[in-house]
Amino acid sequence: MQRNVSLFVPCFVDQLLPEVAVDTVKVLRRIGYDVEYPEDQTCCSQPAFNTGYWDEARPCAERFVRVFKHADVVVSPSGSCVTMVRNFYPELLARSSVRDDAIAVASRTFELSEFLVKVAAVTQVGATFPHAVTYHASCHGLRELKLRDEPLQLLRQVKNLKLVEMNRSEECCGFGGTFAIKFADISAAMGNSKAENAAATGAEFVTAIDPSCLLHIQGILGKRQTRMRAIHLASILAQDGQTSKSPQQERP
Amino acid sequence: MSSTAARRFLQDAAVKSADLMHREVIRRGMDSYDAAHLKGRARIKDWEAARQKCQEIKREAINHLDRYLLQFEEKVVARGGHVFWAANSEEACAYVKNLATRFNVRTVVKSKSMVTEEIHLGPALEKAGIKVWETDFGEFIVQLREEGPYHIVTPAMHLLRGQIATLFQEKLGQKIESDDPAYLMAVARSVLRQAFFSAEMGISGANFLVADAGVIAISTNEGNGRLCTSVPRIHVAVTGIEKVIPRLEDLAVLWPVLATSGTGQGITTYSTLIGGPRRPGEADGPEEFHVVLVDNGRSQLLADPEQREVLHCIRCGACLNICPVFRHVGGHTYGTTYPGPIGSVLTPHLNGIKEFNHLSYASSLCGACTSVCPVKIDLHHHLLQNRRNATEAGATKSSERLMFRAWRHAMLRPRMYALGGWLMRKSLRVVYGLGLQGTVLDPMRKWNRYRSPVPLPSESFRARWRKDRAAS
Repeated sequence: MQRNVSLFVPCFVDQLLPEVAVDTVKVLRRIGYDVEYPEDQTCCSQPAFNTGYWDEARPCAERFVRVFKHADVVVSPSGSCVTMVRNFYPELLARSSVRDDAIAVASRTFELSEFLVKVAAVTQVGATFPHAVTYHASCHGLRELKLRDEPLQLLRQVKNLKLVEMNRSEECCGFGGTFAIKFADISAAMGNSKAENAAATGAEFVTAIDPSCLLHIQGILGKRQTRMRAIHLASILAQDGQTSKSPQQERP
Repeated sequence: MSSTAARRFLQDAAVKSADLMHREVIRRGMDSYDAAHLKGRARIKDWEAARQKCQEIKREAINHLDRYLLQFEEKVVARGGHVFWAANSEEACAYVKNLATRFNVRTVVKSKSMVTEEIHLGPALEKAGIKVWETDFGEFIVQLREEGPYHIVTPAMHLLRGQIATLFQEKLGQKIESDDPAYLMAVARSVLRQAFFSAEMGISGANFLVADAGVIAISTNEGNGRLCTSVPRIHVAVTGIEKVIPRLEDLAVLWPVLATSGTGQGITTYSTLIGGPRRPGEADGPEEFHVVLVDNGRSQLLADPEQREVLHCIRCGACLNICPVFRHVGGHTYGTTYPGPIGSVLTPHLNGIKEFNHLSYASSLCGACTSVCPVKIDLHHHLLQNRRNATEAGATKSSERLMFRAWRHAMLRPRMYALGGWLMRKSLRVVYGLGLQGTVLDPMRKWNRYRSPVPLPSESFRARWRKDRAAS
């Protein structure tokens, strides 16, 4: 059985939410994997790709492929960035010299919950989280990677965690990358609807597999001064009941 | 993003997305649609197989559009009907107008048709002094309000019945005693009944053009479609060239799938097939039957193999209903004939990339639209392709182009990327420390207007990783 994973840390997680990556490492190690982090990785190229700048995105994607070419398995705590690699690299790099490598890397790149449930075949990761949690189904994970049940399977195995379903859990939180800035009014209205649905559950935390959604939801919750916090699935799974540190100190 | 349409879109979106009353009205309408749609889907044994079949039918039709359209035309002409090929709105409107003049038409009754909205046929006829009655209840209401349809299937879904009662009171010149839906419908019916019997011309759309049978297929719920197409002397069906399907038997799956996606019905109340004018010995039907096939930019889309499948659309409205952007900004904000995801994909093609490029970007790319499309159009990926095409055509802002060039430069150099990230966090902390959050000096002000600031940790993950590794 393969015991090495290469960690792909999305650029904004690296810069703004390092705790999510730290917690991902913790979870992977706890279930017996060796984690390596190729330090010359930067960005998967999604911001440029989604904005239409495919010529700018391409060299960046090619670079990603070269960095992870020799990895047995690539794992990332972001459904959206994995979608970029898995679903869009083959199209973006269709005429690139690294096309074959790109397709190979794409097939070996997994979102964290997907990796745990489908590849490692683990749902019990030894986590304890004595809180009420509601789950937001991030769009890219749900519709591009088809991960509907995997994150929930993991959450159901967390000791003392109370899972409460929110209304319209599969509706977008409104982030959408540059959409959040270009169409801030619409994005925020969508975010507020999401926050209202999440808060209506009475849960203390809203979780998801995409840190970008959580960054947005937390921003909206913060502005609304709602007590609920956004927390990444990895950060819940990393709680082993041993440490006394409250997850509320880190956002999301 | 500086076209007039883009500016108007941003302004209207800001107003509508903050309008909680509007959101509530739409939410209620959409909730009942959602429930009906789910129930309707459950009635079809294998929904995914049905979608697959519809996709295959439409793909075959679109890939052989030339052949099927000619086959359709031949059959219609053989029955004494007329087919006019209109390259654009002007040609289509001129044809109908000339026809109206030739037959001394003073009054037209219309059943619901989005293509006639697209080519602005109503206003063109009114300008020629012809009275045009919209006879679909929702269309009748928005016509009285002098606005376009809010939604391609449910044109007046943004209105409360009280508003409709007030509107009738103001515009119909009669006392309105209640806002009971059945009563309001009866009022409209009595007004429209006279129009049906005085009109010399009826105009309809067509949901499908059946090639092998040479008939048009119309799905309606109110019965107004049958009156429009059978009572007046002349019936004109105006429709897009992409509506053709190969075989009559294809309706066996397309009809229920359209109805299910549109309203959650198993099949619409009226499903009508029309293939020509009244024949000798027949009791009713029009003397003249004309089909206007509108191109209006469609064959340009046909020429693009990557985006051709956008022409598969059967205008069911399912993508609008599930779209969180549509739900928050509403139909009118788009400022287009076709709102919602399909409109955002289609409009830059039909009405110009320069003027409507913003719509390709007015999406979070959540993909909900693609997941419900009954003919499996990859809607949100077409938005991505629109964006790429716009960028290649130079339709994006030069400041943005410059930014992404700089971005690329940094992303190809890990050290520069790390330094850039550190600088950004550091400088934002300084800006926020000075209390300048939200001012012009805050590069995140558009974010911060609606959200609390993003966390700005002192160390990036890579810095922590390096430190941990050095320590172990």
